[in-house]
Amino acid sequence: MKSLGSIRRTFAPWTNAEAKPFITFENVTKTFGDFTAVDNLSLTIYEREFFALLGASGCGKSTLLRMLAGFEEPTSGRILLDGQDLAGIPPYRRPVNMMFQSYALFPHMNVEKNIAFGLKQDGMPKAEIEKRVADMLKLVKLEQFAKRKPHQLSGGQRQRVALARSVAKRPKVLLLDEPLGALDKKLREETQFELMDLQQDLGLTFMVVTHDQEEAMTMADRIAIMDKGEVMQVATPAEIYEAPSSRFVADFVGSVNLFEGKVAGQDAGRVKIATASGFDIQAEESAAPPAGETVWYAVRPEKIRISSQRPETAVNAVEGEVWDIGYLGDMTVYNVKLANGQIVRSSQLNAHRTTADPLTWNDRAWLAFPADAGVVLTR
Amino acid sequence: MNRLVSAIAARLTIIAPYLWLLVFFLVPFLIVFKISLSTTVTAMPPYTPVFDLAEGWAALVEGLRDFTHENYLWLWDDPLYVNAYLNSVRLAAISTALTLLIGYPMAYAMARAPSSLRAVLLMLVILPFWTSFLIRVYAWIGILRPEGLLNQFLFFLGVIDRPLVIMGTDTAIYIGIVYSYLPFMVLPLYATLEKMDFSLIEAAQDLGCTAAGAFWKITVPLSVPGIIAGCMLVFIPAVGEFVIPDLLGGSQTLMIGRTLWNEFFANRDWPVASAVAIVLLLVLVVPIMFFQQAQARAQERGR
Repeated sequence: MKSLGSIRRTFAPWTNAEAKPFITFENVTKTFGDFTAVDNLSLTIYEREFFALLGASGCGKSTLLRMLAGFEEPTSGRILLDGQDLAGIPPYRRPVNMMFQSYALFPHMNVEKNIAFGLKQDGMPKAEIEKRVADMLKLVKLEQFAKRKPHQLSGGQRQRVALARSVAKRPKVLLLDEPLGALDKKLREETQFELMDLQQDLGLTFMVVTHDQEEAMTMADRIAIMDKGEVMQVATPAEIYEAPSSRFVADFVGSVNLFEGKVAGQDAGRVKIATASGFDIQAEESAAPPAGETVWYAVRPEKIRISSQRPETAVNAVEGEVWDIGYLGDMTVYNVKLANGQIVRSSQLNAHRTTADPLTWNDRAWLAFPADAGVVLTR
Repeated sequence: MNRLVSAIAARLTIIAPYLWLLVFFLVPFLIVFKISLSTTVTAMPPYTPVFDLAEGWAALVEGLRDFTHENYLWLWDDPLYVNAYLNSVRLAAISTALTLLIGYPMAYAMARAPSSLRAVLLMLVILPFWTSFLIRVYAWIGILRPEGLLNQFLFFLGVIDRPLVIMGTDTAIYIGIVYSYLPFMVLPLYATLEKMDFSLIEAAQDLGCTAAGAFWKITVPLSVPGIIAGCMLVFIPAVGEFVIPDLLGGSQTLMIGRTLWNEFFANRDWPVASAVAIVLLLVLVVPIMFFQQAQARAQERGR
């Protein structure tokens, strides 16, 4: 059996039916007046998992996080943490900590006091607090900034103070609300890996809310794609990308070409789809709907080869006109217009410095892809 | 040429506020200070020496010899003045504390109110200013006097069987000062509380604070600048307040503003009245200036 994506994951409790869920959302609904922020949502998260909630703003992902932190109570449904129902437990008694999007550092306290704040609330002995704070400062590499006030720090340093403060109490779950949203691109990329290392080292369960798919794909063990208060799909980044369950998910993560058509027949694990784009698609799909059903074949741009001649061995091929070309350095993106007007995107990795088959605007070109290049979607 | 004009204009813009302070603060202060060193006489003006530039240099030097610090010694010797100062400070301090106690919850509620409602609430706080201060204090006489609205209402409810004596007591002064100066407390407090990030409260609760704990550990320390500004705005004018103790307080209420008025208008002793004013300034404004400077330095260090 071939594996989706390029990563072999050893940590996958969600594939094990015996594994005990750590956080469970059971039919959770949250309404604000007429507005339904979270709609009858169920979700399970496992211990030590790095779990990401991904969605556009207003999809309910932050509300979900705030309900787990205790700032909002569900209108209906239950939230369980480590077997305990969280209903009615105030935020200050929940074994979860949150890293706020604005960081919410206390401006009148220095770095050290910010980190020590939660520990003092717990009544930890002074010597122990000092040691824990020193450990945390070392962890986020801010030892020499202990006496600084938040406004004397850079954005990246503030982010690390917020992180240190929220993990100082060793919560059962760390909630991160857009943890990298306020950082610039370069710092964000570095910090992604630091967060992953930190999660590994501390062995905590992380639940992160983000609207940045690259961030979610890089860091998370599993991603939940949310839309209008509902979970559209929960899966590993590779599954989300290579085997999306719906057109929404396929379109939301990365870019995708969708060919609409009707099932024309199937044979030996292959489905034939008669598309409106002027060609038939042979798709590898074992559980396809019966003939006559409307389906969509979703295929990612990098899975489509482009060439000036029809490749002899191609299973699926269609001719079109090169409409737009974007040269990005590491790859080149071609937009090709088919006879019916549909624009199909193909991206080619520039693995070599030279090519024998260069294309230009308005050239006739062939797009080709194998039977297992995409997925057949029914919704 | 144009450049010269704009350079002069720029200078003038900078000088203007200093000029204002010079003409309307420093010069009057020096005049009062000069009078405080003079001696009372039955004349017009009622003090000596009076300088007349036309009389020449010698007369001026002669006049300077007549200056005396008698008036200041007089203030120190007569316990009336010392008591009046202390009593003013006491009344002002208690009134300020009461105003803070009432103003803080008001400002907090306003800052947490939905933003559509805030403008209306702000308007309501400022609204009393549309009526004259004097008329509003007079209105309190109508409420507080023995046969006034308050006593009638309490009689009606059956809470009391003889009228409460509020008029002419310190309580009436507290009520008058708290009522009149409340906006000066609420507005600076509201300004600091309104710009506070309320996710800080959530962060504190997330880290193990109860709502009350978060209030004392986060909200109060962050609103200190507003508390100081509000207290200054209430305390300083309250110490020198004349109208409220005169109208609502009893004849035995000793406050420095009243003493000053008596010296000036009843006794026609301009030099002593001036000395009272100068001492009031030194006793109050100088420590407050030092305090504010220390505060600014502390803030500078924190930054």
